[in-house]
Amino acid sequence: MKARITITLKQGVLDPQGKAIEGALHALGFGGVDDVRQGKYIEVALSESDPEAAKAEVERMCEALLANTVIENYSYELEAA
Amino acid sequence: MKAAVIVFPGSNCDRDAAVALEAATGAPPAMVWHGDAELPKTDVIVVPGGFSYGDYLRSGAMAAHSPVMREVVARAKAGTPVLGICNGFQVLTETGLLPGVLMRNRSLRFICKDVHLKVERDDTLYTNGYAAGSVIRIPVAHKDGNYFTDDETLARLEGEGRIAFRYCSAEGTVDDAANPNGSRNNIAGLYNESGTVLGMMPHPERLADPALGGTDGAPIFSSIVERLQ
Repeated sequence: MKARITITLKQGVLDPQGKAIEGALHALGFGGVDDVRQGKYIEVALSESDPEAAKAEVERMCEALLANTVIENYSYELEAA
Repeated sequence: MKAAVIVFPGSNCDRDAAVALEAATGAPPAMVWHGDAELPKTDVIVVPGGFSYGDYLRSGAMAAHSPVMREVVARAKAGTPVLGICNGFQVLTETGLLPGVLMRNRSLRFICKDVHLKVERDDTLYTNGYAAGSVIRIPVAHKDGNYFTDDETLARLEGEGRIAFRYCSAEGTVDDAANPNGSRNNIAGLYNESGTVLGMMPHPERLADPALGGTDGAPIFSSIVERLQ
């Protein structure tokens, strides 16, 4: 299976990179941009084929290493390889 | 007194730390490679500055899970003093030995300059060689030094006297103008609950010898020796 993991900063956590991107988009004339938050995207190929087991494994990975849950949230989608 | 310095791929302040430790203890510290699961018996451990594992994923995240860090965490929990400097501070937060996280500087820039720090306490393992409230000059060199933690943890750290150093002006004023990176409450360094673990973004080892242009960092190393011997 393949896991597509998205890691984002929690609401309320200052995101200076998102702010810089927002400023640059405004400078380019995209006046309709209200807010920008930057995150990370990680793809993990898993040998596990059982969705429930894969889900549990991805969550353990996120908690142990991929996200710092002090400041980040994570979400993921699983797809059959 | 025996000291050890942990060396990761990408560490670049390990030898500076070793020089400062040797000046304080009188003996060269053990240099311990990250892949070693064995850590020699030691009285103090320094996790040095640098860019361990290229800062991949998050600063300090990969190093925090290296074999030797498991042993460092175990020793720290058993009471062995651990000093984390710059990337070492980032590593210690990633292991959970210290709360919070070092985020990208609010300016998004790498900051490399001398800053002034207010020493909060003079009764700790690391700061007994300073006077409480004194202002010292120490260099910073980081892009991810913006200390963040939630309101509840921040209140606990303040209430328990766990702030070691705050960024301040040369005159000792702690305000936003003297905050180089956006750290909450101008926090530049903090202790764990027992005061045996210290993490700090500034580099005391870089101003610990007159030949380097100053010695304001030296008392951190001599304080440890003073307390442990």
